[in-house]
Amino acid sequence: MALTSLTAAGIWLQSTNKLISLSFSDLLIIIFYFAMMLGIGFYLKRYANTSNDFFLAGREMSAWVAGLSFLSANLGALELMGWAAATYQYGILAAHFYWIAAFPSMVFLGLVMMPFYYISKTHSVPGYLQLRYGEATRALSGISFAFMTILMSGINMYAMALVMKVVLGWNIHFSIWISSLTVAIYVSLGGLFSAIFNEVLQFFLIWLGALVVPVLGMIEVGGWSGLVARIQERVHSDDYVHLWSTLGSFSGNPMGVHWTGVVFGLGGVIACGYWTTDFLVVQRAMAAKDLRSAQLTPIIASYFKMIIPLIVILPGLLALAVLPYRLVPESAIHPGLHSYNEVLPLMLARYCGPGLLGLGVTALIAGFMSGMAGNVSAFATVWTYDIYQPYIRKSESDAHYVRVGRWCTILGVILSIATAYFVTQFKSIMDYMQALVSFFIAPLFGTVILGMVWRRATPKAGFWGLLAGTVSSIAMYALVKANPAYLRVIALSPNAKDMAENLYRALWSWLICVLVTVIVSLFTTPKHADQLTGLVYGFTTFPNDRDLPLYKRPLFWGAGVAVFFAILQWIFW
Amino acid sequence: MSREHHMLPVWFFVGVLLTIYGIILLITAITEFSHPPAVVLAQYHPGFWGGILLLLIGGFYTLRFRPGRRRKE
Repeated sequence: MALTSLTAAGIWLQSTNKLISLSFSDLLIIIFYFAMMLGIGFYLKRYANTSNDFFLAGREMSAWVAGLSFLSANLGALELMGWAAATYQYGILAAHFYWIAAFPSMVFLGLVMMPFYYISKTHSVPGYLQLRYGEATRALSGISFAFMTILMSGINMYAMALVMKVVLGWNIHFSIWISSLTVAIYVSLGGLFSAIFNEVLQFFLIWLGALVVPVLGMIEVGGWSGLVARIQERVHSDDYVHLWSTLGSFSGNPMGVHWTGVVFGLGGVIACGYWTTDFLVVQRAMAAKDLRSAQLTPIIASYFKMIIPLIVILPGLLALAVLPYRLVPESAIHPGLHSYNEVLPLMLARYCGPGLLGLGVTALIAGFMSGMAGNVSAFATVWTYDIYQPYIRKSESDAHYVRVGRWCTILGVILSIATAYFVTQFKSIMDYMQALVSFFIAPLFGTVILGMVWRRATPKAGFWGLLAGTVSSIAMYALVKANPAYLRVIALSPNAKDMAENLYRALWSWLICVLVTVIVSLFTTPKHADQLTGLVYGFTTFPNDRDLPLYKRPLFWGAGVAVFFAILQWIFW
Repeated sequence: MSREHHMLPVWFFVGVLLTIYGIILLITAITEFSHPPAVVLAQYHPGFWGGILLLLIGGFYTLRFRPGRRRKE
């Protein structure tokens, strides 16, 4: 009866062809989540009245809070669904995007780069670039980041609306507006506090909402050996359950990649580029209460990153084993068929009754919304500190910049909505937009890491290296788009497939960035030593933690991640 | 959190959310005990056990981090 009245009251809740039908208890769970988010935003407003509070949560987060938030900022529903789909397509190889992408990059951020971000007291990654290289590099990085982050927020919003339409039959406009308004309210009120609180909540929701699939799935198939046997029976190959042994050649595995691309392209450049320079995640570590907590933030997150495959990769493998029909690519969809991207909702529908289904759907919604909240809070920070304050209105009061931050949050949401609607008209544009993000990540990592470890890197070199790396990435992408035969040149093999393009393009663009930065540095003037204090190795004093017990040292926990990583690779070799 | 004006820690909100969800799941599961939903392995009553789990975790966090209790971060 309650569902009928809800449906009557909101004509936008259309029942079309959908995978899942929600019961009253499912809707109650979803509605309570939205109420909770808004309530938290109103509660936290009183604590977010200075710029340090609004943009950096007062820099007082504990390592645990910052760590869970750090991970959740990345763990959006698009990623959960996308990697479950990739697992169905490529098998356990998809786990590389969690394991080698977690270690060494997240540990590297914690142990090597976080001290410079934290000690320099910068408020953003472009802010660090301004201190290290100057305004030109900050402007290039800040403007491109602000643009990309809003684009990604809009893409996420559109993707969420599409998922809700396919899975639940919800009207796209309803999904876009309800989620956007909720995010706009709670982030503009509580700033980064709100974003972080909701990310921590999202972490629990995702785990508790998704855990039923691997638990019941493994019971159904009879454990890991039963799962492997069923997969082999279905696909007539054991390539889907080996992590490394099939990577000796491009043609030897479903993904069409080589181990060099996985190790150096993915684990080295892409992962480091993302985890160490994407301000969306780095901002969470910067919000920590002290340097040790800031260093522990990504390290704590990396432990959880390593076990995420339990709720993402394993459901994809289970779907391969238990679903009575084959899933198909989006391009091959016909009525009655399901696409790879529907793996996670299909598995939720397989095992979850009323209540549990609502929890699972809420976890997906929470993932989308916290991704959007993270993007708009990062956008507001970079816009206010790296564009508005230095170039538009300098020397205003702190309260003024907080007001700008709040309005910027709302502006960010409006721009995200506009992007989402733009994408509804030009769906293929989504691929180009996502590629846009990838153009900057690897070169930015090159610029930042050289700035931190090489005192000789000059301001002019920082700018030109970043630009050269980015332009080369765009050029390689355009070349392969125009003529797919160029993939064999970039990936150095005629057997490389599409996934290899991302990995090797990142590697080459990083190398080009580093090379140009080094060469230009040799012909230009570096900053004076006193301008590099706290910014580069050799001119920065690190706190000594030798008096701390072993279990309190970030290096100890970082070493633990390395051991955990090694064990997982050995088990699933 | 160590704010002098005693901001409620995020763990309290985690506790409240999970406690409410645990109650909803338990009530739903109990009302459906005699006619389980048409899902695979429904005989294991995952909703019931999930509700218990959420109630335990949520209850712990709610009580441990409730307002008025002195906490150290």
